[in-house]
Amino acid sequence: MFNFGTWTEAINNLLLGVMPEWLAIVIECVIIAVLVLATYTVLALFYILYERKLCAWFQCRLGPMRVGKWGLLQVFADMFKILIKELISLKGTDRFLFKLAPYIVITSSVTMLACLPWGNGLQIINWNIGIFFILAVSSVGVLGILLAGWASNNKYTLIGAMRSGAQMISYELSLGIALMTICVLSGTMNVGELVAEQNSAWFIFRGHIPAIIAFIIYVIAATAETNRGPFDLPEAEHELTAGYHTEYSGIHFGFFYLAEYLNLFIVSGIASLMFLGGWMPLHIPGWEGFNNVMNYIPSIFWFLGKSFFISFVIIWFKWTFPRVRIDQMLAFEWKYLMPFSLANLILMAVCVAFGWHF
Amino acid sequence: MNLLLEIGNGALSVTAVLTGIGLVFAALLIAKLISPKSFSVKKAEPYECGIPTRGESMIQFKAGYYIFAILFLIFDVETVFLWPWSVVMSKLGPQGLLCIAIFMFVLIMGLAYAWKKGALKWE
Repeated sequence: MFNFGTWTEAINNLLLGVMPEWLAIVIECVIIAVLVLATYTVLALFYILYERKLCAWFQCRLGPMRVGKWGLLQVFADMFKILIKELISLKGTDRFLFKLAPYIVITSSVTMLACLPWGNGLQIINWNIGIFFILAVSSVGVLGILLAGWASNNKYTLIGAMRSGAQMISYELSLGIALMTICVLSGTMNVGELVAEQNSAWFIFRGHIPAIIAFIIYVIAATAETNRGPFDLPEAEHELTAGYHTEYSGIHFGFFYLAEYLNLFIVSGIASLMFLGGWMPLHIPGWEGFNNVMNYIPSIFWFLGKSFFISFVIIWFKWTFPRVRIDQMLAFEWKYLMPFSLANLILMAVCVAFGWHF
Repeated sequence: MNLLLEIGNGALSVTAVLTGIGLVFAALLIAKLISPKSFSVKKAEPYECGIPTRGESMIQFKAGYYIFAILFLIFDVETVFLWPWSVVMSKLGPQGLLCIAIFMFVLIMGLAYAWKKGALKWE
C-alpha cells in the first residue's frame, strides 16, 4: 500500500536542508493551510453539483445542463455570482454576533475536515482522543447557527435557529453513543489507530449485530445533525423561508451553504472512518490474493468512495421519506433512538466482555 | 501515522482554526471589493417573511426548547463519563461491565423519570 508519508517526509527533509527548523515548520503549516483550503472549496463545489445532479435524477430531470459539459461549470458560475452580490447591512441586527456567526460555522467544519484520515499517511491532526475531539468541535458549530438566528433581528430566523439547535443537540447524543459503541470494540479513540485496527476487517463486520445497529443509528442521527432529509425542520414552513440564514446576503449566505455541504461530507467521512475502515481497503481474513488486489487501489480513493457513498444514502433519504413534525422528531430521538443506542452500547459491551466478536 | 511528525497536534489545530478564519476573512474581503454597494431605508429592513416587522425581535422564547437543552446538558455530561470507560472496556472484561451497569442504571432511571414527568412531550 502506497504511503503518502514518504512524500511529506521528502518535503520535510528538503525544507530542513535549506533552512532552520522553526522556519520549516512555519512553511509546512502554510502548505497544510493552503491544501486544507483547496480541499474544502473543491469538496464544497463538488458536493453542490453532486446533490443537484442526484436530486435531478431522483426526480427524472436532467439538472443543470447549460453551463459547461453536463453543467459541470454551473457551480463555478454560482460561486462567482454569489461573490459579486451585495452584502446588505440590516437595521437593528447585532452587528458583532451577526458577523461572528459565519466564522464559527466555517472554522468548526474546517477543523473537523483536518481530523479525517484521508489516506495512508495523509492525516493532519492526530490527537490521541481524535474522535472525541471531532465530536467536541462539531458541537461548536451549533453555536454559530444559534448566533446567526438570534442576531438577525427577525422572529422567524430565531424560530429556525431554535429548531436547528434543539435538533442538533438532541441527535448529538445518539450520534456520540453510536460512535462510542465502536470505541468499546476498538479500545482506542485515536483516528490513526482506529483505521489501523481495521486492517483485518472493517468494524461493521467485526462487531456484527451491535455494530450494524450502531451504523444505522449513526446514519439517522447524522442526517438530523446536518439538518437534512426528512429532518429539515429549520426551513419547513414558508414563513421560515431559509431558516436561520434568511437575513444573510451574498457571500455571507454562501458560508452557511458551504458549511452545510461540508458537514454532509464530514459526517459521511466519520461514518466511513468508524464503521467502514477509513482509508483501509476491503480486507477479508484468509483471502490473501483478494486483499492484495484491493491494496492496489490507492487509499485516498477508498476514503472518498466510501464517504461519497454514505452521502449518496443521506441524499437519498431526502427524496424517500416525508418530512417529520418537530414533536415527532424530538420524540423519535428521546423515546426511541436514545434508549436504543444505550441498549446497543450495553449489547456491544457484553459482546466485548465475553469475546463474542471477531 | 501523522502527516508531519515534527509539528505538534496543538500547532496543527491552531493552523486549522486559522485556516477557517482566513477563508471567511479572504472571501469577505474579495466580496467587499467587487460587490456593488447601495443603501435605501427599505433595503435595510429585515426581510422576515415579506411583511413589515412589528415590535421587538430579540424576545423571550418558548420554554420547550430549554427543557430539551437542560436534558441534553445532563445526558451529555453522562456521555463524557462514558467515553473513558469505552476505551478501557476491552481490557476490563466482565468486571468493567458490572461497574458500568450501575452507572447505566442511574442514567436510564433519569431518562425514565424525565419521560414520566412529561419533559419529553412537546407542547
